Amino acid sequence: MTKQKPGTIQVKSFGDHHVITQPNPLRKVLLRVPESDLDDPVGRAEKALAGLSGEFKTWMAIEADRLSAAHAVVLRDGFTIENREELFRAAHDIKGDAATFGFPSAGAAAESLCRIIEHAPDLDQVPPELITHHINAIQAIVRERTKLDTAVMASKLSKQLRGVADEFLLKVNRDRPEHLEAILAPSIVPAE
Amino acid sequence: MYRIDFNKLRFLICDDNPHMRRILRTLLHSFGAREAYEAEDGATALEMYSHYVPDIVITDWSMPIFDGLELAQMIRQPESKGNPYAPIIMLTGHSEKRRVTVARDAGVTEFLAKPISAKGLYQRILNVVANPRPFIKTKTYFGPDRRRNINNAYIGPERRVGGEVEVMQQPSLLDKARSAV
Repeated sequence: MTKQKPGTIQVKSFGDHHVITQPNPLRKVLLRVPESDLDDPVGRAEKALAGLSGEFKTWMAIEADRLSAAHAVVLRDGFTIENREELFRAAHDIKGDAATFGFPSAGAAAESLCRIIEHAPDLDQVPPELITHHINAIQAIVRERTKLDTAVMASKLSKQLRGVADEFLLKVNRDRPEHLEAILAPSIVPAE
Repeated sequence: MYRIDFNKLRFLICDDNPHMRRILRTLLHSFGAREAYEAEDGATALEMYSHYVPDIVITDWSMPIFDGLELAQMIRQPESKGNPYAPIIMLTGHSEKRRVTVARDAGVTEFLAKPISAKGLYQRILNVVANPRPFIKTKTYFGPDRRRNINNAYIGPERRVGGEVEVMQQPSLLDKARSAV
């Protein structure tokens, strides 16, 4: 693989910082090809990803079940540090993966749940049904995907959940400006 | 026109989610990469980083044991025996701007918010290969230059002192090649 040559790094020092440059160790992997080159690595990768899509529903069901299992532990033992972390990670994975797997509304509902876990001042004071509704919604969106009209319903459901969750978060964080700022900040990911 | 010879690149993927690792592996192999090592937590990734010396690291943020942010901070140790300069692409479900800033301050080279796309990943890889930034070392930071653009209209106080602002850019291969044409 590409190796760095030692001793080729240049350092220029200033009053309180150094600027360090080195010859690009990855230079050799950039190839000049003619305009007529038909290779399309992005298109090839998209096709390969489409080839995996047959597994996405199963993967999504596994992720949703992991979330439900984490929630069941919270209901049984309360919000310990470990339980909170596992619930957050399960929701956060769905937030990141669901759109790729073809379940964008499940991702939106999971994002709303992540915001509750991250910004509620005291998770024990969060109405239990608010969390339960998010998890039930994600399960429903994943299980009922094949039925007609569910895409529209799923989108409406996730938007309603987000509305209720945001209303709750704005209320409980009214004296916590740093959380309010984070709650109100727009996402860097374009909306659906 | 330029193309990356993925065949010659060695990747380290770090993500606790097996489905995301599978997707990343699929994308990288489709691009043409042959070597993609996988770790499911930051601690394992750090060990693999020392052992395999990857050219590019792609890491998730939220992981058990220690997370992708801590992994980036541990790689960016200027006195370490390993390579502190490898490009780090953070691929994460976090989608808030403040997270981008935190990742940048940990020494992350590129930030890619999920959902992942083949195009988004390819562009980040192309960027770290063709447009490497110089590294900056201060008392509190070691990592790629966080100033991607020089703003001539900036009139506030300078955070860097001790002389004129002199940023030594590594020439972009793309720009260099274009100017030669």
